Amino acid sequence: MSTFDVSGGRTPAAGRRRATGRGSTAETVPNRRNTELLMLLFAVAVPVFGYANVGLAMDGTLPANILAYGLGLGVLAGVAHLAVRRFAPYADPLLLPLATLLNGLGLVMIWRLDKAGKLLSNNFPATTNQLMWSGLGIALFIGVMWLLKDHRILQRYTYISMVVALVLLAAPAFFPSRKEDFGAKIWIRFGSFSIQPGEFAKIILTIFFAGFLMVKKDALALASRKFMGLYLPRGRDLGPIVVVWLLSIMILVFETDLGTSFLFFGLFVVMLYVATERTSWIVFGLLMSFGGAALVATSEPHVKTRINAWLDPMAAFAPNHPKDSSEQIGQTLMSLGSGGTVGTGLGQGRSWLIQFAAKSDFILGSFGEELGLTGLMAIFLVYGLVVQRGLRTALAARDPFGKLLAVGLSSAFALQVFVVAGGVTGLIPLTGMTMPFLAQGGSSVVANWALIAVLMKISDTARRPAAEPTAEPAPAIPEPAGPDRFGPPGYGAPGQSRGASS
Amino acid sequence: MNKPIRRVSIFCLVLILALMVRVNWVQGVQASAWANNKHNERTKYDRYATPRGNIIVGGQPVTKSDFVNGLRYKYKRAWIDGPVYAPVTGYSSQIFDATQLEKLEDPVLSGTDSRLFFRNTLDMLTGKPKQGGDVVTTIDPKVQKAGFEGLGNRKGAAVAIDPNTGAILALVSTPSYDPGTFAGGTDADSAAYNALKDDPNQPLLNRALRQTYPPGSTFKLVTAATAFETGKYKNPGDATETPETYILPGTSTPLVNDSPDEDCENATLTSALAISCNTVFGKLGAELGRDALRAQAEKFGFNNDKVDVPIRAAASYYPSGSSPDGTAMDAIGQHDTRATPLQMAMVAAAIANNGSLMQPYLVAQEGAPGHAISTHSEHQMSQAVSPATAQKLQQMMEAVVKDGTGRRANIPGVTVGGKTGTAQHGQDNAGKPFAWFVSYAKDSSGKQVAVAVVVEDGAAQSSEISGGSLAAPIAKSMMQAALGK
Repeated sequence: MSTFDVSGGRTPAAGRRRATGRGSTAETVPNRRNTELLMLLFAVAVPVFGYANVGLAMDGTLPANILAYGLGLGVLAGVAHLAVRRFAPYADPLLLPLATLLNGLGLVMIWRLDKAGKLLSNNFPATTNQLMWSGLGIALFIGVMWLLKDHRILQRYTYISMVVALVLLAAPAFFPSRKEDFGAKIWIRFGSFSIQPGEFAKIILTIFFAGFLMVKKDALALASRKFMGLYLPRGRDLGPIVVVWLLSIMILVFETDLGTSFLFFGLFVVMLYVATERTSWIVFGLLMSFGGAALVATSEPHVKTRINAWLDPMAAFAPNHPKDSSEQIGQTLMSLGSGGTVGTGLGQGRSWLIQFAAKSDFILGSFGEELGLTGLMAIFLVYGLVVQRGLRTALAARDPFGKLLAVGLSSAFALQVFVVAGGVTGLIPLTGMTMPFLAQGGSSVVANWALIAVLMKISDTARRPAAEPTAEPAPAIPEPAGPDRFGPPGYGAPGQSRGASS
Repeated sequence: MNKPIRRVSIFCLVLILALMVRVNWVQGVQASAWANNKHNERTKYDRYATPRGNIIVGGQPVTKSDFVNGLRYKYKRAWIDGPVYAPVTGYSSQIFDATQLEKLEDPVLSGTDSRLFFRNTLDMLTGKPKQGGDVVTTIDPKVQKAGFEGLGNRKGAAVAIDPNTGAILALVSTPSYDPGTFAGGTDADSAAYNALKDDPNQPLLNRALRQTYPPGSTFKLVTAATAFETGKYKNPGDATETPETYILPGTSTPLVNDSPDEDCENATLTSALAISCNTVFGKLGAELGRDALRAQAEKFGFNNDKVDVPIRAAASYYPSGSSPDGTAMDAIGQHDTRATPLQMAMVAAAIANNGSLMQPYLVAQEGAPGHAISTHSEHQMSQAVSPATAQKLQQMMEAVVKDGTGRRANIPGVTVGGKTGTAQHGQDNAGKPFAWFVSYAKDSSGKQVAVAVVVEDGAAQSSEISGGSLAAPIAKSMMQAALGK
């Protein structure tokens, strides 16, 4: 077995390393943990400066507990870092700092909005809770690092995952939705405590898709007829995609949640495409999602309302505004516009005008107003980096299950960012999801820390020098039969899927 | 399966890129449209986030900002002598928006004007608290107060202009209001505002700029100007061919003078103006024709809906489609002719300034004294009449004050020219007439002032006396204040 450099763009060197044999490999692969530590320092320092900034802008003094905040965030990040050193020493060095930065910035903005006090209706202080959830998220992160020896173990739970994911997805339909949820049923509530199972279902469903597709991909890829340049799948192979499509439609109808529905269907189509390398699935996927969306949009009043709000965000401000219309998108756009290029500065904007969900779904509006276009571009870059590191991990992974899992998790993350940020900025109709890490919401923070942990675990396996026994693929894994056009011909065990080699 | 993974990477990159393009569009291209959207409450909060700049009158601020440290508003606007200066400053209320200078100069007063960027940045670097820019007006507090006190409890308006420059020295409207009573956001503020809004006397109306009245006999100045400019008459002393009873053309209705014993038959222009003969000027107007009169009126600023001082004045109106009998009535400032007090002050100012009408203006300078970000540059609005005509008109107006209807405006030692007016209005002229006085004064040093005063519901009976008796003394005291006599 050879090793692969996750950082990419170093083909000659990597190739040379491969050629020189495995004896010296372990020494030549840097594990990048010190890079991660340095980046973590930045990732903690930036939010601490932000925290100080809010205090200075709003009270004229440094916040009293700035040291505690800095230490708290630092300790959380530091413990996570130590866990990575111990349990996943070859993991991607960027994912943890990026997630920490986003989580820290989210905490700063939530604290800043807490300080808006009565200006924001129903403004319950949320920073402490969010900090607690972040701690819990990092605990889960460490738990995954520690307990998940190898991501391929997850493959054993393919069908259990399916059942769990279905239960999680179906559950909110049986719980009543509140008036202020604007019709979306995506929560499970026990009194004041509520969880958003969709966030966890996102990960678990990806595990199921990865396991399922790895087994079925040959049938799906090869048994097809060519028609007008497209490989058409056989009728019976259409089964899985139709089932997932129906499931998405059901989420849309029973839980009236556009975002979750779009996310899961998109995720499945992407993974199906990656597993089979058949473009026809994308065509089918697009046709089915447009068909489904058109079907539901014309029949489901909640979805119709959202689409109308997207087409005319200022309609809610008119004297005879349509029933059920909401000012949120219009307020967010005015918030963004008022922020302009450089923003008002933290603590100096008036994003509390967004009112409903200002700390959760619409937190990007606050960032846009106070940090401006510059800040939002930076935040999108950070999200983009998380996604690209995840996909890089998929390229580097040496087993098809790892590849599919990493692609699934990364693209689910990307789709979620796009759906939420696109909805908030008026690019696409608004959906009921939250920005990963930034927004207030325990489920989201905890689930996304788990997502990062799984990705890092896969990247650790991918980059680990071959001498480590865990790097050997489990023999139980079926071998992919599809052509691997990027692996050097005749290299490695026959049928062994290649990692990133270019 | 790396090829599809690469494609998925590109797809994800496109998603992120789409978001970036979108925020560039919203926060870059559309930013100011969203920031200034009328539903964006930030503009309202910005207005009171820092001490607002002051409006300066005669070197002294007539406004201030009170630090109230409210939940949404940090400051509240307050005014010194609010009712006196309300037609100039307007109001700036936390819940009822703002008007006039408070509204028009809001970017400067709020400190958000881009021209203040350098100063604001400097203040930020030197640690000075952010503050809006001042607005220096042309108002002379002595003239303003003379007009305000002169009008007293009566409804009306008074405008004073420096004919040389166009600087507005006084802008009075009564009844006035105290903008401070509803500057805040409490229920008491709402009640005060609603009471003012529902008041039948319309205290919130700026009569000096925004109300048009029939100008009555004061419009005869424009008719006389047309007569000279078109060459119909050469000299003020020329006798007119006026019958004892003038029947409006095409009708059998006689145009009557205010009192039958006035000697208007074949009167000279000077004496016709001095005793304000309707017959002379009505006939003259009908003979000059509606087009000649309209052209002359427009040179004085009529039919111009963009007279911005910078507060936009209502357009004064001279009709274009009147029949000959209507034109005869238009020519004496009745029928469809309407004018704002500012407009009639502009007529007097143009005549006093040898025919050159200067653009009237209220804001001399934006930015605090010594830190001006803009200063007004005086410029001519039009050459309303030739200097020769202007001098003839001056001669006639001075005669009005010397031994005509405007004797009450006479100031010893000062050249004063004027014209009274008593405008009929309402259905069948049933309303109480408006008393007008339009005048100018020059002292020996060349200092000038032009004034227009209108008093609503001027007199119990329709009498030419009302313009001279009610409005002229107010004009006189304003001219005295302006010339320091």
